Amino acid sequence: MAETSTTTVGQSYGRLEGHAKVTGRADYIYNLRLPSMLHAKIHRSPIGHGRINSIDVSAAAAMPGVHMVVTGEDVKTVLPEPYYGPAFHDQPILALDKVRHFGEPVAAVLAADPHIAERAARLIVVDYEELPAVYDEIEALDSEAIVHEELKPAGTFADLKHLSGRRDTNVALDFHLRLGDADKAFAEAVHVFEHTFRTQQTMHTPFEPMVAIADVTHDRAIIHSSTQSPSFVRFELSRLLGWPESNVRVRTGHLGGGFGAKVYVKVEALALALSMLAHRPVRVAQTMEEQFYTITKHPSTFRIRSAVDDDGRIVGRKCEVWWNGGAYADIGPRVTQKSGFTAAGPYDIENIDIDSFALYTNRPPAGALRGFGIPQLVWAYESHTDIIARELGIDPIDFRKRNILRDGRPQAVGTIVEDGEFEPVLDETARRLGWDRPYDKGEGAKRRGRGVAIGFKASISPTTSSAIVSVNADGSVIVYCSTVDMGQGSDTAMAQIAAEVLDIPLDRIRVVNPDTDVTPYDMSTLGSRSTFHMGHAVRLAAADAKEKLVAMAEEIGMPEGSNAPLPELFIKKFGMRAGTIVGTANFKPDYAPTDPETGLSPNATPFWMIGATGAEVEVDTETGQFTILRMINVCDVGKPINPAVVETQLSGAAVMQLGFTTTERMILENGQLTNPSLADYKVPGIFDMPVIMENGMIEAEQHNGPFGAKGAGESGTFGVSPAIANAIEDAVGVRIAEMPITAEAIFRALRAKDGAPLEED
Amino acid sequence: MSRHTINFTLNGRPVTADVGTHQNLTEVLQESFGLFGARESCGQGLCGCCTVLIDSAAVTSCLSLAAFADGSDVQTVEGLADGEELSPEQEAFIETGAFQCGYCTPGFVLMTRQLLDENPDPDDDEIKHYLSGNLCRCGAYPEIVQAVRLAGEKRRAR
Repeated sequence: MAETSTTTVGQSYGRLEGHAKVTGRADYIYNLRLPSMLHAKIHRSPIGHGRINSIDVSAAAAMPGVHMVVTGEDVKTVLPEPYYGPAFHDQPILALDKVRHFGEPVAAVLAADPHIAERAARLIVVDYEELPAVYDEIEALDSEAIVHEELKPAGTFADLKHLSGRRDTNVALDFHLRLGDADKAFAEAVHVFEHTFRTQQTMHTPFEPMVAIADVTHDRAIIHSSTQSPSFVRFELSRLLGWPESNVRVRTGHLGGGFGAKVYVKVEALALALSMLAHRPVRVAQTMEEQFYTITKHPSTFRIRSAVDDDGRIVGRKCEVWWNGGAYADIGPRVTQKSGFTAAGPYDIENIDIDSFALYTNRPPAGALRGFGIPQLVWAYESHTDIIARELGIDPIDFRKRNILRDGRPQAVGTIVEDGEFEPVLDETARRLGWDRPYDKGEGAKRRGRGVAIGFKASISPTTSSAIVSVNADGSVIVYCSTVDMGQGSDTAMAQIAAEVLDIPLDRIRVVNPDTDVTPYDMSTLGSRSTFHMGHAVRLAAADAKEKLVAMAEEIGMPEGSNAPLPELFIKKFGMRAGTIVGTANFKPDYAPTDPETGLSPNATPFWMIGATGAEVEVDTETGQFTILRMINVCDVGKPINPAVVETQLSGAAVMQLGFTTTERMILENGQLTNPSLADYKVPGIFDMPVIMENGMIEAEQHNGPFGAKGAGESGTFGVSPAIANAIEDAVGVRIAEMPITAEAIFRALRAKDGAPLEED
Repeated sequence: MSRHTINFTLNGRPVTADVGTHQNLTEVLQESFGLFGARESCGQGLCGCCTVLIDSAAVTSCLSLAAFADGSDVQTVEGLADGEELSPEQEAFIETGAFQCGYCTPGFVLMTRQLLDENPDPDDDEIKHYLSGNLCRCGAYPEIVQAVRLAGEKRRAR
């Protein structure tokens, strides 16, 4: 759709909820209290893998003030099949028979006073028979330790059905893509390169921790949750209950961050079960520590091989990716497939093999985290690509441009690229970095270097968004949609779209917080899909309302194009200020599923997200300490609905990925997490910012997007990690292949390069 | 769990509360006074989401036992605005878009208030140093620095 001129869309309005946020009055679910509510505190597994012999709750139950102690067996009395999960029904609400990771919920204590519940939870005694455990994704391929005896796919996804009943394997999903003839390309290649890269386990740490309050009465379940997926939570809880979805209400407020931690079911199923057992509202509110046991980002190992000809053309690429999904699959199988098909990078390569594996291990579960697997892939393919360029003596930008994907060419999955500004993004990054100018790398102990990296992502597809736009008799408007505003500014964007279509001022529009009793279906707020999908749904619903207003004007004899104020229209029609005009829409983009044999699809995604980073670093060769002098983030953002908000998304995404690149790492010792706190798990602070950070937006029309827009919440993460690694190699000639990039890792590499390696720990 | 009755000034008004010895100030502000602008996140005094001013000094209320607030002057983010009129710091955070999810924002706003009380015209290094004890997981730091500068301008213009 070609929208040429807009008035509200494309303007940098402040966020609608700004006043509430600066006055401390924003409506986070963590701040909600209900009458007669009980607090739940959880007793968690101290081991990585073990059989539960017995649970002694007597001391906890006897503590004054304790209302009830609940175990997995108690949950089964109200929910007979208490397993949940979006891809596999593998996760028990409370552990049954076995524990599969450190920190897994085993029992819960309910009390009116949370301090009493917390103290009582420590009095629960569980007798375990420890089992062999596996924590590494490669070892999990053929380990003695089996995390789940039998695979239980949820049935939601067609491509998982063949896994049903498979036994004695930790491979939860294997995805394969075959394009051209990679074996032949490698056999004939002039140059062959092979590298292996790894990423570490990290956590989202939303500052509003995960929380749900459930209130179940007779045939009604009301769930107040800090969730990114109200529609899915309703679906999954109604399935557990065997109730119609209309009996389950899931509502949320503004979220204090999400980043993927709060997608699908997290603490809601436990809150539901506890409320059913207690016949009272029950609040399950995690601490920061507990979040680390709930959902994380996949550690990964990626072996990548390239066949390159004498002209610097990549003629073949083989990618093997192993995703460490932890003890429960969550959405990991989707990461394996949906991200897997971009593992060869944003390059036009005719022969590609991709093998992507989701592995169960005894780590805390892994799921979606801002980029859905893409940052792990870009870390590998852009480090690899840079090494090749340097070894062939080709300028790294030039090498990328010789191979970059361009519009009209098929991406590895077989889908023709449209509106993918790969080359302009790369060019702009190089321009801002001053790539063509002579560069002083310094002398003595401190050396400087520059690096670039570019990554891309397909939108998750096919997914559906629904919206309702209602026009009140005074001409004000309410937008009902289940997109969750967790800080990305979606409420503001949706209001701008409705205002644009209806041609009314933004301050006459209200966007309702997601509430499944009120707001219609949305797949979920994830994967940078909302602006595109819900943006279309709101646009179409507003257009539907507008058509009805036009019809109403005709009906009451207003001349066409009379532009009578809306309140007059309603008064003339209903005799007073009365009535409502309601517009509705469902939006689902076209999609063609991937072929189970080849992994190919002619239409795998409605749009592509593209992000590049340019980094300039200074490394102290005597210590390995490094400073990021400049970080430049350039993304293809389509036509932004709200440019200022989009820029903060790029910038915030890059800062978050900077943490994953340099400081954040979950440390397991004998399966036990030793640093589940912001004291020892270091998220970026104000002094961790690059000395200079710039953001560049390539504003290019996405032809099928609402007002030319596309998603942009994750693109800023893509290039950060490899750009920094590439800059470090440029500066001091060492390659860091495993994240995070620390001073110690650099120092070790420098010592090894000098032939005086340090001893391992 | 023994209890104490404490008297203190809360956002300019004298108040009384019955508190447990073990209760921190965040919890008492929430459960006894319904003020949720100071909020616990990391629970270890590291993120600054629970920041309040006690006798004009910014403290992490999750590490402050409520009993010690007896006799003090406590100010929370809810006390910054004068009715509908926002403080210069609050206005500046809105105008520069210096927040995303907003969960950490009250802490940053209060730190900005205290910084500008001490140093009406800080440079960027002074701003960063002063705010280094507060964390923003959305990474809005560049906009936060801008907000502090703008708040300083607004205050100097008043």
